[in-house]
Amino acid sequence: MKIIVCIKQVPDTTEVRLDPKTGTLIREGVPSIMNPDDKSGLEAALQLKDEFGAEVTVITMGPAQAEKALREALAMGADKAILLSDRAFSGADTWATSSTLAAAIRKLDYDLIIAGRQAIDGDTAQVGPQIAEHLNLPQISYVENLELAGDSLILKRVFEDGYHKIKVKMPCLITTLSEMNMPRYMSVGGILDAYREKEIIKWSLNDIEIDTANIGLKGSPTKVKKSFTKGAKSAGKVYEVEPKEAAKLIVEKLKEKFII
Amino acid sequence: MNISEYKGVFVFVEQRDGDIQRVSLELLGKGREIGDKLGETVTAVILGHNIKDKTKTLIHYGADKVIYVDDEALAIYMTEPYTKALTQITNRDKPGIFLIGATAIGRDLAPRVSARIHTGLTADCTSLDIDDENKNLLMTRPAFGGNIMATIICPDHRPQMSTVRPGVMQLFEKDESRQGEIEEYKVEFSKEDSNVEILEVAKETKQKINIEEANVLISGGRGVGKSENFEVLKELAEELDGQVSASRAVVDAGWIDRNHQVGQTGKTVRPDLYVACGISGAIQHLAGMEESELIIAINKDSGAPIFEVADVGIVGDINKIVPALIEELAAAKDNK
Repeated sequence: MKIIVCIKQVPDTTEVRLDPKTGTLIREGVPSIMNPDDKSGLEAALQLKDEFGAEVTVITMGPAQAEKALREALAMGADKAILLSDRAFSGADTWATSSTLAAAIRKLDYDLIIAGRQAIDGDTAQVGPQIAEHLNLPQISYVENLELAGDSLILKRVFEDGYHKIKVKMPCLITTLSEMNMPRYMSVGGILDAYREKEIIKWSLNDIEIDTANIGLKGSPTKVKKSFTKGAKSAGKVYEVEPKEAAKLIVEKLKEKFII
Repeated sequence: MNISEYKGVFVFVEQRDGDIQRVSLELLGKGREIGDKLGETVTAVILGHNIKDKTKTLIHYGADKVIYVDDEALAIYMTEPYTKALTQITNRDKPGIFLIGATAIGRDLAPRVSARIHTGLTADCTSLDIDDENKNLLMTRPAFGGNIMATIICPDHRPQMSTVRPGVMQLFEKDESRQGEIEEYKVEFSKEDSNVEILEVAKETKQKINIEEANVLISGGRGVGKSENFEVLKELAEELDGQVSASRAVVDAGWIDRNHQVGQTGKTVRPDLYVACGISGAIQHLAGMEESELIIAINKDSGAPIFEVADVGIVGDINKIVPALIEELAAAKDNK
């Protein structure tokens, strides 16, 4: 069985703080991590490998630094890692990103493609389903549980108000939730292998077959018109008083606003 | 692509077991506003089985026209049949704008459709507007974990597609006298379209909590101290006819179920009253609640960011102040 896992290196957005004076992002010192939903997808692939035997290939599109996330994936137990990197790919929206990744995946053999549901820096959840469309594969997103059943998978696909149990024949693409599992740590041997034995395969634009009209900023139907931090709402009054007085104060305010 | 051929605002109306999802009605309201601004019509598209009786209400909520596809293949949500139906309708009618709720269904369907028709899709928007200059749709969404906002355009492709977060757009006031056209559209489904097999459909048996619809939210954070202390918040919520919500930290700690979570990857709320108890105010949390009408924050730490958005801030111990507040509210009721 051959599994491809799409991963993304992201800034750990929970570590990002706003400068209260300027309202701008403090990006310094924010660590880069493997996107959590992707990491759970990788763990799911590695569990299939442990139980049934599989070749696990991780792929990412990104700048040269994204190599670190791939090395981490190798150290966790992935067999192959592909870095898709080219200046021509930069500025891509989800349509161009998914087109590029799909073009790279077309060069590979696979039974199953796994992508995390969404990346914590963009939160779009679009690239997985769009890759599936470009490759004409069935997609099951929001997967919380996975079982292998012959040439098919049985998946728990969650919704806000329940779940579906779905059977799908491979090849297919699934997107995984971080609730699915606890990803393993890198092993010491794994880390040594990842840096000494295993190589990162680097592909640029010349290594894949794609119409350049479909890549990068130029190939992106959506454009960022502007980005901004939300202006801080003007703060109200802050009181430091005894509980009883605080309670009275709140009740007055609720009356004033006709809430009670 | 000749974009001038593309006109009108289309809204995908999501139903589950025949229940129209509230976000779809919110989008009809927003669609109505945008349609009026552009001088174009608003069309609701609803897919399902035995759904004809749902169509009229969509007119009442702001649509000029309803297109429905009624087929057994659409009874339960499946990616491919839904994609096929929406793609065919889009290719025939060429809408300028297509809005879809950012639900677990919408976020599965919209990217598939946008990839098939080769247009842009902007995820999880919290604000939509029209550029006065060139009539482009301005789609604004939080990015970078809610730390920044980005306004996205789709200048050269149509339709301009967007998924929109539930709970942020205002409903159009229901008008039962509104009239509109209702069209049945037929789609030929083949066996290959059902490329997955649904073995089981389960509804969560958990008590249904919808904090997005509450008028009053009493919200607890790490400062609550421990799981049991949520009881007093529940008491306060009862006193004010509200519900209990929570920050991500306490949901992650397992003090309360994830359904209650406010903020990024949780929910956006804007109740009339939001009482933040022991919530320091991580940026994601603030993004999820700062539109609330009246915000009261209680926190031990006078430097907590939550005070930056609060209308009234109280520095103190919530486990003392909340019981005092419950008492005071009871007294205020007795005096009436």
